[in-house]
Amino acid sequence: MTTESLSSTWSPRWAITDTITIARRNLLALIRVPTALVFAIIQPIMFVILFRYVFGGAIRLPQGEYVNYLIPGILVQTTIFGAVGTAIGLAEDLQRGLIERFRALPMARMAVLGGRTLADVARNILIIIVITIVGFAVGFRPTGSVIAYLGAALLMLVFAYCLSWGFAFIGLVAPNSEAAQAITFPLIFPITFASSIFVPIASMPSWLQGFATYQPVSQVTDAVRGLMNDQPHGASTWTGLAWALGILMVLAPLAVRRYRQVA
Amino acid sequence: MPSEYAVEVDQVVRVFSKGAVRALDGVSLRVGTGQVFGLLGPNGSGKTTMVRILSTILKPSEGSARVAGFDVVRQSQQVRQRIGLAGQFATVDENLTGFENLRMIGRLNHLSAKESTTRARSLLHDFDLDEAANRLAKTFSGGMRRRLDLAAALVARPPILFLDEPTTGLDPQSRQDLWAIIEGLVEGGTTVLLTTQYLDEADRLAQQLVVLDHGKIIAQGTSAELKSQLGATVLVLTLHSTADAQRTGELVADLSDRVVRVEGMVVELNVECGPSSAADALRRVDAQGIVVAGLALREPSLDDVFLTLTGHRVADDVALAQPTGATRREHA
Repeated sequence: MTTESLSSTWSPRWAITDTITIARRNLLALIRVPTALVFAIIQPIMFVILFRYVFGGAIRLPQGEYVNYLIPGILVQTTIFGAVGTAIGLAEDLQRGLIERFRALPMARMAVLGGRTLADVARNILIIIVITIVGFAVGFRPTGSVIAYLGAALLMLVFAYCLSWGFAFIGLVAPNSEAAQAITFPLIFPITFASSIFVPIASMPSWLQGFATYQPVSQVTDAVRGLMNDQPHGASTWTGLAWALGILMVLAPLAVRRYRQVA
Repeated sequence: MPSEYAVEVDQVVRVFSKGAVRALDGVSLRVGTGQVFGLLGPNGSGKTTMVRILSTILKPSEGSARVAGFDVVRQSQQVRQRIGLAGQFATVDENLTGFENLRMIGRLNHLSAKESTTRARSLLHDFDLDEAANRLAKTFSGGMRRRLDLAAALVARPPILFLDEPTTGLDPQSRQDLWAIIEGLVEGGTTVLLTTQYLDEADRLAQQLVVLDHGKIIAQGTSAELKSQLGATVLVLTLHSTADAQRTGELVADLSDRVVRVEGMVVELNVECGPSSAADALRRVDAQGIVVAGLALREPSLDDVFLTLTGHRVADDVALAQPTGATRREHA
C-alpha cells in the first residue's frame, strides 16, 4: 500500500465500508458483554413470561386474547429499550478514548454514529425473530398476514432506528456511561409503561389517558398490533412514522453536531 | 507535497474553558523528517494537547500546524493518512480480541480485508502478542495493552508516529521492551514525536527536546545541551540534622554553578563530575567535624530540570494545574 493510493478525501464506498466495520465491532461487543446480551435477549423473554403468566390474568381486554395483545407490545418495548444501549455504548467509547482514536484515523467521520445505529438495527432484527418464536411458544397466534407482520416489523425497526439517533445524542452529552444510563431510564420508562404496550389505555386514569394515547410509542404499538392481528388501527401507522421522522430530523443533527464538538 | 519537516508548529495557542485555561500558549517547533523529537513536561504542561492538535483531534485556537506538509485543520484527512497515534491510555477496544482490534484499525485505514488480516497477524507476531491474538483485550496486562495500542498505531505503516507518554505506568521490563520497539521503528525511517515526563526516556530516545511548562516552551535543545545546563549529575548528601544540612549547603555551594538545594536534612547540588565533587564535598564537611549520614549520585530528573529552569518543582506544578479542571479533559 502506498499513501497515495488512498489519498481521496471522501468516497461513498469508504463511508459504507467504515460504517459496516463499526457496526460489526458493536455487534461483537454485544455478544462479548454478558450484561448486554442479557439486557437485549433475556430481559424481553422474562417480560413475556411475567406478563403472560403472572400479570396477564388480571388484565381485562374489551375483546381478544391477552397474549395476542401482549407480544406486539413486548416487541415494540424491546426494540425501544435497545436504543438505551446506543447511549451507554457511545458514552463508554467517549470515556475510554476510543472515539478519539477513531478521530485520528482516515475513516469516514459519520461511520461512528452510522455504524452504532446500524448495529442497533441488526440487533433489533434478531430480537424480533427471537421474541416472535418465544411468542408462538406461549400461545401468540397473530391473525394478520405475513406481509402485514413484516410491515409491522419494518415500522418498529424504522421507529427504533430514529430513536437510536436521539439516544446517541444523550450518549454524547452524558459525562460517562453511568450518567447516560441514569438519563435514559427516566425517559424510557414513562414512554413505554404509560403507553398501550402492556395494558389498554382505557384502563388508565383519565389524566394519564391524553398523554398515553397520543405519545409516539402508543401510536407505533397500536399500528404494530393492528397490523399483526388484522385489526383496524386508524392512522397510527402514519402518525408513528411521522413521529419517527420528526425525532430523526430534530435529534440526528443535534447528535452529529455534538459528535463534532466532543470528538 | 514532501517537506523538509515532518511537523511544523507555528505560534499555536489552545484555550479551554472559554479561555480560562491556556493549555498551549504560543508554541512553535520543527521536527525534522526521520527525527525522534521529545516533548518533556509534567502533567498539565500542554504535551497531550499538542499531540491531540497534531493528530487532528483538537483544533488550535490560534496559530497553525502542519504534519507531513499538510495543515492539520484544512487538510486533516491527508494528515490522518500519514500518522499513527498511541498513548498512555492505550485505547484499544476491550470487547475485541487482539487480532480483531488490529484488523478493525486496518479496515478503518482503508486497507483491503486481506491486507488488514495479514498486517494484523504480522504485527501481533512482531509485538510478541501471538498468544494473545484470540484473547479479549480486556484480559490483557498493562504492558500488553500498550503494545497492542502501539501495534494499532502502526497498522497502516504511517511515516509519522505520535506517542503520548508511551511508557507511563509500565514496569521496567515493559519499558525496556517498548523502547527497543520504538528504536527499531526509528531505524526504519519513521519520524517519532513523543511526550514524556521522564528525562531518562527522553534521553534514551529523543535527539531533540522541548521542555514545556504551563503551555510554554521553557527550554529546548539536544539532551546533552539540556544536561549541560543542569550539570551532568546530582550529588545528594544526607545529614543527621537540619542545622548540619544548612552548614553543609554553605560549605559545598561553590562546587556547583547552580543553586544548592537544602531541604530538611538533605542537600542536593548539580555537578559536572560526580565522583570528584563527592570526594571534595566529603573532605570539606569532614574537616568541619560534620558526619554525613548518606551520599548518593544520581542522574538529573525532570524535577531537577524544572527546579533549575522554573524554580518550582513538578509536584507544585501539578497541584497548581489541577484545580482549574483543565487537565482532566486534556488527558481524557
